[in-house]
Amino acid sequence: MNKLGIYTKKVIKHFQKPKNYGKIKNPDGVGKVGNVICGDVMWLYIKVGKNKKGFEVIKDIKFETFGCVAALATSSVVTELAKGKTLTEATEIDKEKIIRSLGGLPPIKIHCSVLAVDALSEAIHNYLMRKNRKIPEELEKRHQRIEKEKKLIEEKYKDWIKAEEKIHGRKK
Amino acid sequence: MKRIYLDYASTTPIDPRVWRAMSPYFNKKFGNTMSLHSFGQEAKLALEESRERVADLMGARSNEIIFTSSATESNNLALKGIALRQAQGKLFKKDQNKGHIIISQIEHPCIIESARWLERQGFEVTRLKVNKYGLINLKDLEKAIKKETILVSIIHASNEIGTIQPIKEIGKLLQAINHKLRAKIYFHTDASQSFGKIPIDVNKMKVDLLTASSHKMYGPKGAACLYIKEGTNIEPILHGGGQEEGMRSSTVNVPAIVGFARACEICQKEMVKEVQRIIKLRNKLIKGVLEKIPNSYLNGHPKNRLPNNANFWFKFVEGESIVIQLDLSGISASTGSACSSAKLEPSHVLLAIGLKHQEAHGSLRVSLGRFTKEKDINYLLKVLPVVIKQLRKISPFR
Repeated sequence: MNKLGIYTKKVIKHFQKPKNYGKIKNPDGVGKVGNVICGDVMWLYIKVGKNKKGFEVIKDIKFETFGCVAALATSSVVTELAKGKTLTEATEIDKEKIIRSLGGLPPIKIHCSVLAVDALSEAIHNYLMRKNRKIPEELEKRHQRIEKEKKLIEEKYKDWIKAEEKIHGRKK
Repeated sequence: MKRIYLDYASTTPIDPRVWRAMSPYFNKKFGNTMSLHSFGQEAKLALEESRERVADLMGARSNEIIFTSSATESNNLALKGIALRQAQGKLFKKDQNKGHIIISQIEHPCIIESARWLERQGFEVTRLKVNKYGLINLKDLEKAIKKETILVSIIHASNEIGTIQPIKEIGKLLQAINHKLRAKIYFHTDASQSFGKIPIDVNKMKVDLLTASSHKMYGPKGAACLYIKEGTNIEPILHGGGQEEGMRSSTVNVPAIVGFARACEICQKEMVKEVQRIIKLRNKLIKGVLEKIPNSYLNGHPKNRLPNNANFWFKFVEGESIVIQLDLSGISASTGSACSSAKLEPSHVLLAIGLKHQEAHGSLRVSLGRFTKEKDINYLLKVLPVVIKQLRKISPFR
């Protein structure tokens, strides 16, 4: 049996013993995605260095995640996949690759793998922005989509957020 | 690995005594209650004896009990049965107020969805708010009542947070209103979680309809009942051979019903002692969790709750992660409720008592039962703080 409940053994392994969790002090780039309202928040920190050929690589990567088993496992696996990769290679990590690395995800949890890809893209985008560098078209497109989705969620839950602020008497 | 079950609110194992009572009805006394021969009559006799036992545990008469297959079916029958009878003749006519139904915001999904379906058929539905403990306000109920109101359905004890509603007071209030308005507003309560666990008397509660379920009280799945007070005008929703006095056609599930009845008998005999034992264990659990885990909170009413229910929320962590981590340590508990665990939305009950989304996402329900031992609670109190600490290490919030 390669499954425990709804999750594969690989998912459970990453969940139980996550790789690269925590914060990086003075990171070169940070990607913050997800929303507490939906129950998943992923923060990804990267440190960028150069490899022997002179290409920029992800020297170090760490994550902090609030979320379900799938969110924690995809966070862990994306850091593993990205570590040591050039920025271009890292940008090419997609949700299929993450899902494959985990031996599959339940359909209802596919969005967690998207979140992990987004977090990585955002961290790289953030790094390039900080360096005042040209942002590849694909990365900028993703950034625009992520920002748009953030707004949509805030819009969708506007009433809830207002009600919650009223009940708790404080700003979010 | 040792496995500890702390999810009795979701379902219970069959008590061995119940299993023994049921077993002859699968292959020896297997008759159809509608048959005239001795096999049929044997089954019919068992059915009627079972009816008396179930009725006895709620202070009802046996002819007021209709057996169904599940609490979901009973609740569907209560809401749709009353509504359809009231709207007879105008069901397919547009733009007519067919009747007004009042429920609470913290009902089980089978009530919420039945009410929503009736709403689509032209009925009006009011959903009463609850306070931070999950209690409805009687004044809100009184204000919500109008001349078109036909039915009030309020859950007796919440399946998620365990809060027990003042059903007696609601019953009394509705009786007074009925008297004043010279109307008949029916009163239904879903007692799936409370029946067999705390004393229930349909006459003292002044309910017209009450739902009870077998598999929440050490009986088998596949049996439940609806108490229908004599003289209540209600339509069946299953039509056919006319079983259960025409209220619920279907071949009768005799073994399950016999098991349900035996389960009632055992609960009746052992309730007083069992309630005291469970409350003691449960209180130890609550005290231990709140003391050992910083930033942990109890959901629901501190006192007025089911003896076996504890529901917490933990800052900075998410419920499913807690449940799976506990499961990997051999402990079975749940987030809000088993039904909603496949959904991404947090529990409607937790949102209704005013929890923020992230707080509701971080909730854990632990429900104890007949086979829970003190050492099980001790083990949970050892494991849970470690699980929460570990998850918080990974969380961006702290």
